[in-house]
Amino acid sequence: MAVDTAHPAGAVASPGSSILPGALKDAFITGLIALGLLGPLVGFETVVIDGALGLAYRPLVVAIMVGIIFAGRLILNLTVWSPNRPPKAQAGPGPVARGMVAISPAFKPALFAFAIGFPFLAAAMTGGLNESRYLIDLGILILTYVMLGWGLNIVVGLAGLLDLGYVAFYAVGAYTYALLATSEPVNAFFASFLGETFWANWAFWFCLPAAGMFAGLWGMILGFPVLRLRGDYLAIVTLAFGEIIRLVLINWVDFTGGGAGIASIPRATFFGIPFTAGEDGFAALFGLEFNPMHRIVFLYFVILALALITAFTTVRLRRLPVGRAWEALREDEIACRSLGLNTTNVKLSAFATGAMFGGFAGCFFAVRAGFVSPESFTFDISAMILAIVVLGGMGSQIGVAVAAAVMMGGMEMLRNLGFLKQVFGEGFDPSLYRMLLFGFAMVAIMIWKPRGLVSSRDPTIYLKEKKAVSGSLVKEGHG
Amino acid sequence: MAEMAAPVHNWDQDPILEVQHLFMRFGGLVAVNDLSFKVGRGDITALIGPNGAGKTTVFNCITGFYKPSEGRLVLAHGRAPTEEELAAVTLNGERALVGPDAGVYLLERMPDYKVSGEAKVARTFQNIRLFTGMTVLENLMVAQHNTLMVASGYSLKGLFGLPSWNSAQKQATERAKYWLDKVGLTERADDPAGDLPYGAQRRLEIARAMCSGPILLCLDEPAAGLNPRESLELNELLRAVRAEHGTSILLIEHDMSVVMEISDHVVVLDYGTKISDGTPEAVKHDPRVIAAYLGVDEDAVEEVEAVLDEATGTQS
Repeated sequence: MAVDTAHPAGAVASPGSSILPGALKDAFITGLIALGLLGPLVGFETVVIDGALGLAYRPLVVAIMVGIIFAGRLILNLTVWSPNRPPKAQAGPGPVARGMVAISPAFKPALFAFAIGFPFLAAAMTGGLNESRYLIDLGILILTYVMLGWGLNIVVGLAGLLDLGYVAFYAVGAYTYALLATSEPVNAFFASFLGETFWANWAFWFCLPAAGMFAGLWGMILGFPVLRLRGDYLAIVTLAFGEIIRLVLINWVDFTGGGAGIASIPRATFFGIPFTAGEDGFAALFGLEFNPMHRIVFLYFVILALALITAFTTVRLRRLPVGRAWEALREDEIACRSLGLNTTNVKLSAFATGAMFGGFAGCFFAVRAGFVSPESFTFDISAMILAIVVLGGMGSQIGVAVAAAVMMGGMEMLRNLGFLKQVFGEGFDPSLYRMLLFGFAMVAIMIWKPRGLVSSRDPTIYLKEKKAVSGSLVKEGHG
Repeated sequence: MAEMAAPVHNWDQDPILEVQHLFMRFGGLVAVNDLSFKVGRGDITALIGPNGAGKTTVFNCITGFYKPSEGRLVLAHGRAPTEEELAAVTLNGERALVGPDAGVYLLERMPDYKVSGEAKVARTFQNIRLFTGMTVLENLMVAQHNTLMVASGYSLKGLFGLPSWNSAQKQATERAKYWLDKVGLTERADDPAGDLPYGAQRRLEIARAMCSGPILLCLDEPAAGLNPRESLELNELLRAVRAEHGTSILLIEHDMSVVMEISDHVVVLDYGTKISDGTPEAVKHDPRVIAAYLGVDEDAVEEVEAVLDEATGTQS
């Protein structure tokens, strides 16, 4: 056997004795590196002493962390990474891959059913509607990011145009609703012939398409100047565009309310029926007992419907010439032009379609929160959405959905790391470390799944048999 | 003289493309220097020359990827334009003059995608440019983008799956199937284009160009990297394209077995200027071509040129 001859015979005969020194040495070096890194990063803690900021040192936390790393490395060296371990026979896909193939047809319907039933499941699990508010709010947050991910996926995943300023369209959608819904003249106009409460009740349903259209228009406005740019240059300009929108929102105080934002935006209604305790409210009309959670559950279904519309439209568009042109643009722009595709139109349509869905999501954000301010539309949001798209696998619908759930849900889960207090002592605040853990998770996924969770591409048309295209052949696009 | 007695060539009588006084300068470098030639309708025309002679630059000018520094590129649909028509379209600043039975397009005024989409000039590339991450069939569907875009009502009809869109899609698939059959790739229709062997990728690129329904097909070194058997198959394919679809072909090629075998007309470039133009037989024996390809002493070149200049001088 080739593996055995590579090592001295003694190593095979008595595994523990001869690999232990090597393993210990390796673990020791790793521990030293960990000490060097964690010493300053984790060891120092800012404390307030007599009203002034000072530094304290916590050697115990550092020691425990370095100890965990040392022990973990040692155990890995002796087991998983041990040279005596028989090499795995790679005959066909492993059990995990085979399992994935077996469940994949059922995965989408199951996920869909779960999304529909989630509010009821949450209520049943927590023992009441009011108690389930946290979970349903989390569901709304995740679905918002699923929708944003699917929207950005059109620009980044399909058309291969790296857009770092997607939050701008989210902001345009949100402010479109906030400004129109709170506008006095618009309210007065409708009040004159449709009743005083008409605009407050119907604003969301009128503004939703308007928000999408405005955002799409802004997508085109952004698209025009960046048509000639590719790759890094495109990314920088889109990043700047996102910042410009935010700065305009902050500084144009007369129009947008500046940094204070816009408050008391009309809430969502059940197609004109408000969720109030009054006689003409939702609960009274449907013979239910009034509960403020009705509105939250309704919002959940609104964002679910919006996300499904996004997914459905994207899937359809991919099978149309416009969608194929987006993917062809990602593969090779020069070949596109040689086949008579007007790449200007192709790029603009991708920007506009992606931006439109961002606008819908923004409109929903405004109606859910009832308050918008420029602080909600920082670069962090763009980065988060882009991370979801990249993590999910560029161009993949299901991958993006799973990635959004993992990222947003996972971030929330990391808030609840109470058990770590038992390891590090009572003074330890686990929620401070969630970004660190989150970073580790990202690095790990990029090592094992460099093309994202779903790395293969589904063909849009086939003659005999639908075969997935391996991710190694699919290009990422370059601008 | 022998040339005087030769029959009138097709490319002079009915040119599909006329390149007139084409110049292409990159800064101080003159890549194409006052080049004029004609491509006959229904002919297979070869553009040959040593490396760096400017062949691909000419191609890029014809297909709109470069804007020529000077010159006129006249593409004629249906029949060759009359002097008046040509003068009219040149002077009024339009890109094209399209009548019911004929059309004239000035390619140097058109952006690259319109050269393909409107003037119907398709091209392939020296380094193959397929959509590697898309399947073979998808590659052929993208080539029919403009027709399908109209059929899908700019995505609106397609989004709701109207029957008119479905039938248009079916028609496009049939066309793709026809070309897959022609190039012998039907079996691999659902495989990613990047997975095909090199020779098949070359054939697929030609099939993709043909799916866009061109009247002039420009091939940049279609036989590069092919083995002798594949070269023969390529010859057959190009002949079939011309015979069955009436598509004129302009190709750049180094493989002389392909050039001499299939072309009706050969244009030889060297250092951006035309050094010979005629039937394969005439070009093969042209001393300037032999000099350019094999290389001769400076004196010998001057000698030959002097003789030739004298000959052409007396002729005109």
